[in-house]
Amino acid sequence: MIEIKDLHKSYKMGSNSLHVLKGINFNVEEGELVAIMGSSGSGKSTLLNILGMLDVLDEGTYTLDGVPIINLNETKAAKYRNKFLGFIFQSFNLINYKSAAENVALPLYYQGVGRKERQVKALKYLEQVGLKQWAGHLPSELSGGQKQRVAIARALAAEPKVLMADEPTGALDSKTSYEVMDLLQKINDAGNTILIVTHEPDIADMCKRIVHLKDGVIVEDKMVDQVRASQYV
Amino acid sequence: MFSRDAWKEIFETIQKNKLRTFLSGFTVAIGIFIFVVLFGFGNGLTNTFAKFFGDDATNVFFIFPGRTSVPYSGYKADRQIEFDNSDLADIEKNFAMFVDYVTPRITRGGLVKYKNESNNYTNMGVAPSHQFNEKTIMMKGRYVNNQDIKDKTKYAVIGRLVEKDLFKGEDALGKYVDIGGSSFKVIGVFQDDGGDNEERKIYIPYTTRQLIEKNTDKIGQIVLGFKPQIGYSGAMSLENSLEKYLKSKKFINPNDENGLFIRNIADQLKQNQQLASVLQIIVSFVAFGTIIAGIIGISNIMVFVVKERTKELGIRKALGATPKSVISTILLESIFITTISGFVGMILGTVLLNAMGDTLEDYFITDPYIDTGIAIFATILLIICGALAGYVPARKAAKIKPIVALRDE
Ligand SMILES: Nc1ncnc2c1ncn2[C@@H]1O[C@H](COP(=O)(O)OP(=O)(O)O)[C@@H](O)[C@H]1O
Ligand SMILES: [Mg+2]
Repeated sequence: MIEIKDLHKSYKMGSNSLHVLKGINFNVEEGELVAIMGSSGSGKSTLLNILGMLDVLDEGTYTLDGVPIINLNETKAAKYRNKFLGFIFQSFNLINYKSAAENVALPLYYQGVGRKERQVKALKYLEQVGLKQWAGHLPSELSGGQKQRVAIARALAAEPKVLMADEPTGALDSKTSYEVMDLLQKINDAGNTILIVTHEPDIADMCKRIVHLKDGVIVEDKMVDQVRASQYV
Repeated sequence: MFSRDAWKEIFETIQKNKLRTFLSGFTVAIGIFIFVVLFGFGNGLTNTFAKFFGDDATNVFFIFPGRTSVPYSGYKADRQIEFDNSDLADIEKNFAMFVDYVTPRITRGGLVKYKNESNNYTNMGVAPSHQFNEKTIMMKGRYVNNQDIKDKTKYAVIGRLVEKDLFKGEDALGKYVDIGGSSFKVIGVFQDDGGDNEERKIYIPYTTRQLIEKNTDKIGQIVLGFKPQIGYSGAMSLENSLEKYLKSKKFINPNDENGLFIRNIADQLKQNQQLASVLQIIVSFVAFGTIIAGIIGISNIMVFVVKERTKELGIRKALGATPKSVISTILLESIFITTISGFVGMILGTVLLNAMGDTLEDYFITDPYIDTGIAIFATILLIICGALAGYVPARKAAKIKPIVALRDE
């Protein structure tokens, strides 16, 4: 599904350049649930942003579902993001003047799906995250956990190949975090590929594979026995 | 870009961001509104100046007798000049090339009676051609004619309001009215665009007036209509030669300013029109200033709007919005709001102008109006400039990388 070879990335800041990723090699197969671990500033988000086509790599190759991701202009990147990827952010990034259902329907709008069908699908995915009865509510009327579940429903709505979550539980208390992880595990059980950036070991243990980043390289990449979140909920 | 879905998305955004909609809509509406009203006032000023003269012909001189201020060729100073019938004939003969018609005007006032009704009206002894310089419009009957002048008939042509006042709905034609003690038969009723005062006048043959006043041949003023084709400069030189001719005929020192007076309507009209158009230019300048202010206002609001929406646009891009759709989201919204509010402001301004009519006449503004073409042009100009002003920040927003827009503060 994802193939990364010898990926380098640096940020230029004035005359200095900060070498963040120094040769990453990394593959993800369909159906995996991968945690990207590492301390703050180790380059986790940078890696995820490149994988998510929100940022570009300096060196190396990236292939997503057999498509080489290279020299994309903005329009093409937007289309690929829409088709291949669903994003879940630490700060939810819901549009505050749109209801839960409208937020979920938004990626479908950019896919050119008709209005009726968008509404039906939005409700379907809200139901899947257990928020059907909140469909008409604005984000400001929802709790943090509910917001993140709406964001997950939105990421699912586009039926992407890969879900990418950057610290999805970073703004939540541990009980709510486990609820969100439970949801992500169930989505993964259904066959979806998920990448989760986190620095919390208990969240990482709920994935099936942990990739450890340090000083811009992968220092550890291991399969783990998944801890089911449902037992904490 | 113009799909129904795109518009629905825009309507929703507009509905749910009322403050933003209000700010940009209000700026545009106010800009256009003020423009329309100011421009209309400018036209109202021009109307006022046109109205001062508009009801009368403009190819006309009024010649008034005066009193000499210096002695000349054996005559003492302070001599009252008088015109008589021979002056009319002489002018007609000597200036035949330039003159259309000449008519005297002997103005008198006095009580006019019909049955039990009476009132004071101005009456004027005139010749038939007086109808041209006053632009008198006959409603019924006829005006004074040459036969009347010859026969010194006691006929009167009365104004619409004289008939209304004295005859109380009765038909005045053929009835007899008492004018200053003599009985006159009403042969016509007229109207005049010059206002109520003009329609409270009575015209009689000037020869009749002279007969009543001891068969004199004196006349009050001379009204001269010149041929319009001689143009403005022709009128100016005619005025000069006429003055010279009459001064020599009446033995007035050529440099005496007070012996007689010629009022040249064409000259006055020209000066007033120049003043009016200068005022119109100034007002238009101010009006276009409002449009510029409106454009600057809407530009600032667009910058503000895009800034406020940076994060939202970043989210949309992460969800698959292309740069083109980001730009069109912003632009269509702004064009939609400016179009609606621009035309609302335009219509409100036009309605206000129409409603004002002549209520501001005391401030020299009569029937203010704006050409629909100019109003629409200004509105469209503002819409286009608003769109251009919105395009720059919109393109910038479309270029921002989603990670930059989404970065947590
Ligand atoms: N846009 C950027 N410009 C400059 N430096 C950046 C930018 N984004 C991240 N960095 C730097 O790169 C390093 C890695 O950042 P990041 O990938 O966000 O780390 P993590 O998510 O693991 O905490 C940090 O030192 C950070 O300051
Ligand atoms: Mg990070």
